[in-house]
Amino acid sequence: MEKYAIQIESLTKRYDEVLALDQVSLHVEEGELFGLIGPDGAGKTTLIKILVTIIGADDGKASILEMDTRQAKKSIREIVGYMPGRFSLYPDLSVEENLSFFARAFDTTITENYSLIESIYDQLKPFKDRKAGALSGGMKQKLSLCCALIHRPKILLLDEPTTGVDAVSRKEFWQMLREIKSQGITILVSTPYMDEANLCDRIAFLQGGKILSIDSPKNITDQFPWQLFAIKSQQKYALIEWLRAWEKVSYCYAFGEYLHVAFEDNTIQAKALNNYLKTGSISASEITVISPTIEDTFIYLMEHGTRC
Amino acid sequence: MKKFYAFVQKEFYHIFRDTRTMMILFALPVALVIIFGYALNNDYKNIPIGVLNQSKDQTSEKLINRIIGSGYFVVEKSLEKPQDIPSAFKLGKIKLVLYFPAHFQKELYHSKKAQVQLIADASDINTAINTTSYLSGIINEFNAENAREINGGIQISTRMIFNQRLLSVYLFIPGVIALILLIISALLTSVTLAREKEMGTLELLSISPISPYMIIIGKVIPYLILSLLNSFVIILLGIFIFGLPMTGSISLLILACFVYTVASLSLGILISTRVETQQAAMFASLVTLMMPTMLLSGFIFPIESLPLPLQVISNIIPATHFIVLIKSIMIKGAGITVIWKPFIILMGMTSLFLFVSIQSLKRNN
Amino acid sequence: MEPVVKVENLSKKFGEFIATNAISFEVNKGEIFGFLGANGAGKTTAMRMLSGLLTPSSGQAFVAGFDVATQAELVKKNIGYMSQKFSLYEDLTIQENIEFYGGIYELSRQEIKDRSKGIVDKFQLASVKNKLVKTIPLGWKQKLAFALALIHKPKVVFLDEPTGGVDPITRRQFWDLIYEAANDGVTIFITTHYMDEAEYCDRVSIMVDGLIKALGTPSELKKSFDVDSMDAVFQLLARGTANK
Repeated sequence: MEKYAIQIESLTKRYDEVLALDQVSLHVEEGELFGLIGPDGAGKTTLIKILVTIIGADDGKASILEMDTRQAKKSIREIVGYMPGRFSLYPDLSVEENLSFFARAFDTTITENYSLIESIYDQLKPFKDRKAGALSGGMKQKLSLCCALIHRPKILLLDEPTTGVDAVSRKEFWQMLREIKSQGITILVSTPYMDEANLCDRIAFLQGGKILSIDSPKNITDQFPWQLFAIKSQQKYALIEWLRAWEKVSYCYAFGEYLHVAFEDNTIQAKALNNYLKTGSISASEITVISPTIEDTFIYLMEHGTRC
Repeated sequence: MKKFYAFVQKEFYHIFRDTRTMMILFALPVALVIIFGYALNNDYKNIPIGVLNQSKDQTSEKLINRIIGSGYFVVEKSLEKPQDIPSAFKLGKIKLVLYFPAHFQKELYHSKKAQVQLIADASDINTAINTTSYLSGIINEFNAENAREINGGIQISTRMIFNQRLLSVYLFIPGVIALILLIISALLTSVTLAREKEMGTLELLSISPISPYMIIIGKVIPYLILSLLNSFVIILLGIFIFGLPMTGSISLLILACFVYTVASLSLGILISTRVETQQAAMFASLVTLMMPTMLLSGFIFPIESLPLPLQVISNIIPATHFIVLIKSIMIKGAGITVIWKPFIILMGMTSLFLFVSIQSLKRNN
Repeated sequence: MEPVVKVENLSKKFGEFIATNAISFEVNKGEIFGFLGANGAGKTTAMRMLSGLLTPSSGQAFVAGFDVATQAELVKKNIGYMSQKFSLYEDLTIQENIEFYGGIYELSRQEIKDRSKGIVDKFQLASVKNKLVKTIPLGWKQKLAFALALIHKPKVVFLDEPTGGVDPITRRQFWDLIYEAANDGVTIFITTHYMDEAEYCDRVSIMVDGLIKALGTPSELKKSFDVDSMDAVFQLLARGTANK
């Protein structure tokens, strides 16, 4: 059997009365960029912390490169890079001091694996003497990434690295991740942003401690069972109200300028749709059939449960 | 006005729902009143004394029995010769020596007056003063009761040793050293580990190759060095500005400071492994370390005046033993053969605290 | 009609650093105005000035008819604010939070009672209204925080990244609430990192390095930059490169 970079089987974790992880199973291949997609409270942080061996599961198994997280903690920690959910470096140490500390804590030097972090650290170099606490959000993120990579880990685990960061910095960050992946490092990233899912090789939807689906971004949208229409209209508010009142509508959610609508009955096409709108004195400037997006799929699975 | 009322009401909710605040508001005052009530009570009982009876006659035996019978004193040691007296005090186990010179009774009947000497350990000023006055009281009563036979003949001569001038600095400086070392070693150490927990950096450290032992020892060393430096500065200040004597061995003194500092550090570590925030660390340090040390270590209130349960607590506070060590070494010039016990106790405490801390850290990991 | 928010050459300097550089714009009653910009672009500073929390260095701003520089207290009385952290007291119950904010805004006892009932009924909180806020799910906290921002029926409400971290369904339900409020005549001033939410706004402004680099309806902006999404507009302005 192939050796998986990360393998999780029926992992369960409880905090008081809350079931943070409910029999979660998944695997990540070596060299993959794997996305853990889900909102706050889905269990993403708990899952990552178990993989990093900071906390233990109540039930089930988790292993990294076939090393069990319960038994081989030390070995796992040597080959894993971790970026926690909130800024966890020393605010009163400078950029360079932080990096130097973590390098030495991992028995290496800044220069040894510098090639790996060079493109990222170049952006931080002008600020290398600034205290880490005084950096902007995007800079803190880059520094945390460097510190996680400095010992050339085989697996990189990132817990919501792009949360609270603006859209431009987010895109840059994912570009950096793709570069890191090209160096052969397996990456598991968690994020609440659905649009970032498209940038992964494979993704897992996590909601309320349960897996809703696991697949490549392309295939996962196959889980959306109906034909999807995108409707644009000037009368945004009225459009939503009118369509929600139609009992034939099985799916109706706003997506920016457009409203995504779907019907269980696949005989209903654009013409029928337009007619219905006319009866409500709503004119649509556009009605097109589109492929379901990741977010559509996630919403569908949230409402109807998993089909796998 | 309404918004003010709404705000005040909210503040009450916060207070009643926060355990820590509730403890400070209710549990603490009660505890303090009880402790102060007992501690400020200067009624002594069972004060350990030594008796040097070179006369061994009926009268002296009668007086000694009377003294024991009063309930205030317990004869811990019987001495043979006056030269034994200073060393008997070194460990601080006896507070006073009652000295009947030879021919006591003879003198009493012949010359109608004889002297009995009260030699008190004045490194504990309050105890010394109180002890001598109690004893004097008993002896004078004895005089009055036996007026027919001895006609008020027993005269009392009092000597304070180690601190003739009854300087309060003798009481004050050792306690201050103990307290400051406690603040630096225990309080600050407990806060630093809690800070890493609070900031989240401890997570990253815990998955690095740095072992829990390294983390703890690494955190302790800077505070150890700085604490020792601090203690030396205070001792020097005590000696040169306040005239605290330095009669014992310097290396023993350094060793005492070192052992106590390490014990305090290990206490700080223990606290930090059990709290999650810096605030909780400070609170725990205050309640479990500072206050007992200030009140129960013999710093301000003599241990003998405390009720038994509090005396027991006093014994498990490192500062108590450290103050004994400092006084014995500096004021009484005691050597290692005499004071090995507090050293062993402090080292034992350290091992215990460290063991529990490391177990805690391992379990958290 | 007099605009509800009127900003004229508003600036804020911190020492030598110019956080907000002479920005000007107007927002009308019932508008949903998206206030976008990268982190550090000056959004937060501008919002704090408009909420009466920070005095401008120069320029003027009027919110609900009051001057933010000289009538800050009146401004505060007439606006609602919802921050990312939701400004709820975790160790108080839902009911206590409602009563507290009602009291702070000096509503009468009857008003608090009525509005409290309104909030509980609307969000179906009856079974949990006496539970501590820290025990309820994130989505409920968010809706409650929004309701509390509106409890005193302000003219303008400032929402600072109100939809961070919630699931996509809750996010859209939240926007339903925003639409409803706007329909009732409340002016909404919102900042967000979700570019699709920018599309829900009536008009949007994008701040870069203290200046407003774009201002208009989403369609206007997309047309003028010749792109088909607000995300692309943002990418162009904020860093000068487009990611297709």
